Amino acid sequence: MAVPLVEMRGITKVFPGVVANEGVNLAVHAGEIHALLGENGAGKSTLMSVLTGLYRPDGGEIYLDGRRVNFRSPRDAIEAGIGMVHQHFRLVAPFTVTENVALGLKGGLKLNINRLAGEIAALSKEYGLQVDPQARIWQLSVGEQQRVEIIKLLYRKARVLILDEPTAVLTPQEARDLYRTLKRMAAQGCAVIFITHKLQEVMDAADTITILRGGRTVATVKKGDTSEKELARMMVGREIAWQEDKPVVKKGEKVLEIKDLKAFNDKGLLALRGINLEVFAGEILGIAGVAGNGQRELAEVIAGLRPCQGGTITVSGKKLGQCDPCRVIQAGVGYIPEDRLGTGLVPNLGAVDNLLLKEYRHPRWGRTLMSRKAARQWAGELVEHFKVKMAGLDAPVKMMSGGNLQRLLLAREISSRPRLLVAVYPARGLDVGATETVHRLLLEQRAAGTAILLISEDLEELFRLADRIAVMYEGQIMGLMATEKASVEELGLMMAGSKRMEVGA
Amino acid sequence: MPATAAPQNTSRSSGPGSGPVLTWEKRLEPSRLMAVVVPVISVILALAVGAIFLSATGFQPLKVYQSMLNGAVGSKYGISETIVKAIPLMLAGLGVSVAFRMLLWNIGAEGQFYMGAFGASWVALTFPHLPAYIMLPAMFLAGGLMGALWGLLPALPRAKWGVNEVITTLMLNYVAILWVDYLVYGPWKDPRGFNFPLTAPFSDAASLPTIAGTRVHVGLIFALVAAVLLAIILWRTRWGYEIRIIGESARAARYAGMNIERNIILVMLLSGALAGLAGMSEVAGITHRLQHGISPGYGYTAIIIAWLAKLHPATIILVSLLFGGLIVGGYSVQTSGVPAATVSMLQGAILFFVLGGEILTRYRLHFGRKEGK
Repeated sequence: MAVPLVEMRGITKVFPGVVANEGVNLAVHAGEIHALLGENGAGKSTLMSVLTGLYRPDGGEIYLDGRRVNFRSPRDAIEAGIGMVHQHFRLVAPFTVTENVALGLKGGLKLNINRLAGEIAALSKEYGLQVDPQARIWQLSVGEQQRVEIIKLLYRKARVLILDEPTAVLTPQEARDLYRTLKRMAAQGCAVIFITHKLQEVMDAADTITILRGGRTVATVKKGDTSEKELARMMVGREIAWQEDKPVVKKGEKVLEIKDLKAFNDKGLLALRGINLEVFAGEILGIAGVAGNGQRELAEVIAGLRPCQGGTITVSGKKLGQCDPCRVIQAGVGYIPEDRLGTGLVPNLGAVDNLLLKEYRHPRWGRTLMSRKAARQWAGELVEHFKVKMAGLDAPVKMMSGGNLQRLLLAREISSRPRLLVAVYPARGLDVGATETVHRLLLEQRAAGTAILLISEDLEELFRLADRIAVMYEGQIMGLMATEKASVEELGLMMAGSKRMEVGA
Repeated sequence: MPATAAPQNTSRSSGPGSGPVLTWEKRLEPSRLMAVVVPVISVILALAVGAIFLSATGFQPLKVYQSMLNGAVGSKYGISETIVKAIPLMLAGLGVSVAFRMLLWNIGAEGQFYMGAFGASWVALTFPHLPAYIMLPAMFLAGGLMGALWGLLPALPRAKWGVNEVITTLMLNYVAILWVDYLVYGPWKDPRGFNFPLTAPFSDAASLPTIAGTRVHVGLIFALVAAVLLAIILWRTRWGYEIRIIGESARAARYAGMNIERNIILVMLLSGALAGLAGMSEVAGITHRLQHGISPGYGYTAIIIAWLAKLHPATIILVSLLFGGLIVGGYSVQTSGVPAATVSMLQGAILFFVLGGEILTRYRLHFGRKEGK
């Protein structure tokens, strides 16, 4: 077999208290699309940060074309032809595509922007990366911005392309386009590495797969020699209950009633145009839809964080006032916000303070002086019960992994025994294991008689959890149906706004 | 031979060949060791910079520092004066620190100090015959209230409309200082004061008790009690919890149903009241009258102190003593011709190095040798 274009041997990287990579091996050949598969916290990003010169490994060697290299900074890696498209793009929004490509280029003060634009146009044609070199970044869709990032790397003659969860922000159509581009780049002799934890993506796009678990290499396999099931097992180290039948829960009384709700978005445009919804105890109502169609606004209005411009929200017969989170909490509404770290949790404070966020008013902590001890004990019990892994009860929660953050957040929201739980993208960005935990907890709450409003983009998640699914499009409910009667095609059409049904289910 | 794929790379300033390379590596967790070491080293570096300045202007830095140290802590008098200077710094420092915790940039401690001094003086001058047990509590209340009012003025527009408090608190400093000047140059001027800008002395009842034989007054107790109370408020009460949450993440605070506007107002009231008490204790404990320039910038120094102390109440007490010592030491070397501004310069240099050194708590410096031919 030919010498791999990139080879990492025995990479070890230790952070204080954590071994992120331990003796990891990775070999990627030219012309190959290589998936780096693993749960969150498996060490994928650390490994790629080592390869791109962001971190220096504590042990191990990197070979490029069979020659040992030693990167001191990302710049060294870029010069060696290794480039990375990060999950959060590194683009300057007010600049044009061409200007963004020009940023950081060498070659003195002179810059022939027109020639550069021409070269970009040629590149984008060659690789099927459609984008207007004169467009400004803020005018582009997320998918187009990703193309700009790729063009940036191609222009710098990158031979090794690393993409960090590239499809997380793309529509299925855009994802297919991306796969096509990646294949073309591989055909030109590049090596493509992409980080992912989605099995579907691996099966769609990869040639070879390296699975990481707990900072170690589990295996490197050819796609043809494996199956989704086997990959899943290697990734999590155990079988996953793929289709778990929901236990039957008797539908209880009406908990949430929303009538003709209207609200503005941050830009002052109408984001909710008369929403009507009902959620019953012991039921999960799923809200499907492409992000940005008013889902966030809906959740925020219910949580009392956004003023409504009309309509009413009633929880267990009590009307919620105008934009008063305190009252919403007292009405028994738990809220798992989209933005875990920052809204749901305070990054720099420890678990105790974070768990107290909604409980601190409770008189059981003491009348004037709060008992730190009682709070600590209570927090310790919750952390144990919900199996949140952390360095310590006082360590800043920002150090925790996404899955543990979500566990902590759920621990707090569930422990308050809410009547209604509003969950916005609760499993977004979580690995398979953590997603499973989140789903299990939601189903447990449903069984306990909580009414749950689940906002999600993931149809699989909705089919698995929801009793009924409503589709939101441009601030309106396009349709509402029982999950067993719903079909993906129909939901897809409604999500795209091309079908509408009478709401009455 | 290193196998970098770009051997033509010679753009590094170290050029081709070998040389030590410095790189920054982000720490996962702020270093606790550095959090202690940086301030200490900063003070040393600031003294070094001061030494360069002193020797450039023809003084012997070691001698100057030695006599500063002597002046500040070398005698019972020196120590007591250091404490006297530290008292207003402690109170004002505690005041600004509580606002800073909520990311309210109250740089108006100076004005709040002046208004506190004014309020206390108003009581002492208007009711000169009150007995001490009424006079002092009344002055205490008036000082605190006027300071709180001066904190409230910028807090209201900030809470209501988000008006930047940096500008308003700063501007109100000038208003307060000029208001006191107006009084001491005008209506409140002591007719027997040989036209100096000061009021008539207060009655004896308006003097804070002092520790035997020194000028150290009860204001020290105020400051220590305030520090303890502040620590209790911050870490043991619901209000303190809200303050800490709001300072860390306003979005999370809103999510938890905290009333941010009300807390802005309450915290600014507390912040102003503490600075006002500093003013009150200064007129009642030291000057026994209101006068022009009653604060040589205590309110601004308090900002430096609060930062150096990382907003921690107990540390603020310690850092205030350090700065009190700097001021007293500065006075004592003025007799040998060292300019008074030296002390301000040292204070500024200390803050400069602490803020600059902050990067070391978050990043690790990596010394490496560039592998190369």
